[in-house]
Amino acid sequence: MLSIKNLQAKIGEKQILQGIDLQINAGEVHAIMGPNGSGKSTLASVLSGREEYEVTEGEVDFLGKNLLELSPEDRAREGIFMAFQYPVEIPGVSTINFMKTALNQIRTYRGQQALDAVSFLGLMKEKMKLVEIDQSLLNRSLNEGFSGGEKKRNEVFQMAMLEPKLSILDETDSGLDIDALRIVANGVNKLRSQNNATIVVTHYQRLLDYIVPDFVHVLYKGRIVKSGTKELALELEAKGYDWIKNEVAAV
Amino acid sequence: MSKDNQVLEELTSKEYEHGWTVNLEADEAPRGLNEDTVRFISAKKNEPEWLLEWRLKAFRMWVKMAEPKWPNVHYPPIDYQDIIYYSAPKKKASLNSIDEVDPELIKTFEKLGISLGEQKRLTGIAVDAVIDSVSVATTFKDKLSELGIIFCSFSEAVKEHPELIRKYLGSVVPINDNYFAALNSAVFSDGSFCYIPKGVRCPMELSTYFRINAANTGQFERTLIVAEEGAYVSYLEGCTAPMRDENQLHAAVVELYTMKDAEIKYSTVQNWYPGDKNGKGGIYNFVTKRGLCFGDHSKISWTQVETGSAITWKYPSCVLKGDYSKGEFYSVAVTNNYQQADTGTKMIHIGKNTSSRIVSKGISAGKSQNSYRGQVQIMKRASNARNFSQCDSLLMGDQCGAHTFPYIDVENNTARIEHEATTSKIGEDQIFYCQQRGISEEAAVALIVNGYAKEVLNQLPMEFAVEAQKLLALTLEGSVG
Ligand SMILES: Nc1ncnc2c1ncn2[C@@H]1O[C@H](COP(=O)(O)OP(=O)(O)O)[C@@H](O)[C@H]1O
Ligand SMILES: [Mg+2]
Repeated sequence: MLSIKNLQAKIGEKQILQGIDLQINAGEVHAIMGPNGSGKSTLASVLSGREEYEVTEGEVDFLGKNLLELSPEDRAREGIFMAFQYPVEIPGVSTINFMKTALNQIRTYRGQQALDAVSFLGLMKEKMKLVEIDQSLLNRSLNEGFSGGEKKRNEVFQMAMLEPKLSILDETDSGLDIDALRIVANGVNKLRSQNNATIVVTHYQRLLDYIVPDFVHVLYKGRIVKSGTKELALELEAKGYDWIKNEVAAV
Repeated sequence: MSKDNQVLEELTSKEYEHGWTVNLEADEAPRGLNEDTVRFISAKKNEPEWLLEWRLKAFRMWVKMAEPKWPNVHYPPIDYQDIIYYSAPKKKASLNSIDEVDPELIKTFEKLGISLGEQKRLTGIAVDAVIDSVSVATTFKDKLSELGIIFCSFSEAVKEHPELIRKYLGSVVPINDNYFAALNSAVFSDGSFCYIPKGVRCPMELSTYFRINAANTGQFERTLIVAEEGAYVSYLEGCTAPMRDENQLHAAVVELYTMKDAEIKYSTVQNWYPGDKNGKGGIYNFVTKRGLCFGDHSKISWTQVETGSAITWKYPSCVLKGDYSKGEFYSVAVTNNYQQADTGTKMIHIGKNTSSRIVSKGISAGKSQNSYRGQVQIMKRASNARNFSQCDSLLMGDQCGAHTFPYIDVENNTARIEHEATTSKIGEDQIFYCQQRGISEEAAVALIVNGYAKEVLNQLPMEFAVEAQKLLALTLEGSVG
């Protein structure tokens, strides 16, 4: 589904991604871990098409298309979804209205008819149940005055609505208490299928107790320095990031 | 004396030398303005003597007045002698029904998303269409007259209801109120009149569409709405003009009058041609709108969505004379490219326990300048007056300007006044967030802007809110990136 080869990117004069290689197939969940500042959010931003980041080297193929040539909105329309670490507020625009706009723009891109009001409402109700979110939240201005948990839950709701092929969750666990974490993880798990894939970006092992990854990659100083299965996450938890740092230093 | 004024003085002092014979067959007044122009217009409309006198009085006052220089707008001097003050559309006539309206006109309205035909079929909105200077179609008249509601063109009202016109014309906006009001009083050509009798709630939206069609003409229409005791009406006004390279002058006057317990809700979607990307052409929109809450517990509410015009100079105001009367002003003003807007409101509290609410949302893009100018005045007698003002500015890009000029003048210390103001920018983060959900940049801006203006748009009747949303998006097209 997603094939990243030697991806390098910088912001301003600062080189952040130093050559990333990553292969993700449908049905898989990949966790990307690493200490703060290692470039996890940068990778997510480059994949979703943020303009500030300049790709200096490498290729990204998404379902047979050159991802790096697509505008951010076209990437989304092709099926890439990012759950933001810090979702922004849009005053006066409800989540419902926001989703209606998004869904219809995506459908137009795919040559489908806009969803009529009844079908939209039906879809919304179904997804609300799936991610356990209350309609009152969806009627409010997007993210305005939302608690940390509400913001993240709302991101997962949007993900459910748009049914992406590849979801990138950036630190979706940060700022959540254990109950909120469980609800959010539950939602993500319910959306997993053989046809989609997920990248879970996280600093802590904790989230991976709930969203169990098939593969774990450790990102450090803009490179994937170690890959393994979910046991790697446990090992990291036990030994701390210093272990990785020392190992990299030794090479 | 300003130079313009000198020129005018000269021209008008030798008016008869340059006077021309009145040609009643003409559909257009000759270019220029003098007492004969005023007489021509009045004669064209078969007006009674008193109205001609009223116009001439206004003209003579105007000649001595000067264009206001205090607004934060800049434009080359207007040559008032280079304007045609009266122009009837080619295919005019007294029309009995909408079906007789020139199909081209109907098409024009349909392009605006307003189908006169549809509106006739569906219940809902009664429309008076004013093209150039003449009212061409008023719909739903019969149905309204059953309730005693008068809704007709201004000229017709002068003929059919002279006593009402004589009583209320100029009662809210005196002829010498300001330069443009005086000009309008002298040369106004048509407009709408609306009268809601005691205790009647007008069952449908009343609406007027103004359009300037002919080149080199000015449009000077006059609207007068009177709501008797306990009456209610919601009134909509829409405006457009075609693209032209020269600037065209629009100087309208709107007067609202509410008796005890009456309410008038007046909404405007203004989309006069704003000029091109380089600031060429566009309408100069110098408009005086004022409402008098004469009776106790009466209410006047202005809602405006201002997207057009090269220059907007407009302050829909409320004079809160009746005790417990209430004034509201909800405004979205968008400027792009080289547009300039200086708009806001005046709330004059005279009666006791009067209250007013101001919500102003400015949006500036391109190289435009957007100013809010608002005055809240609490007079000595107005005990327990309240005002709440919210003035927000949204900037797109860094070449535009947003300015606020709030004036607060309190002569009674029981007044409670709250003023809030914010300035924000559309963030790249917000746009990216939308894009990441599959929404294009343009659609993202439209979404964010409509969200920002929501409190005002919500005040508009449903079908116009949708129209207004589209307009906002259109106005800002190409303003990002
Ligand atoms: N806008 C920016 N300008 C300059 N440096 C940045 C910017 N964004 C991120 N960085 C730097 O890039 C590095 C990687 O950041 P980030 O991708 O956010 O890491 P992570 O998500 O792994 O914590 C950090 O050193 C950070 O300071
Ligand atoms: Mg991060």
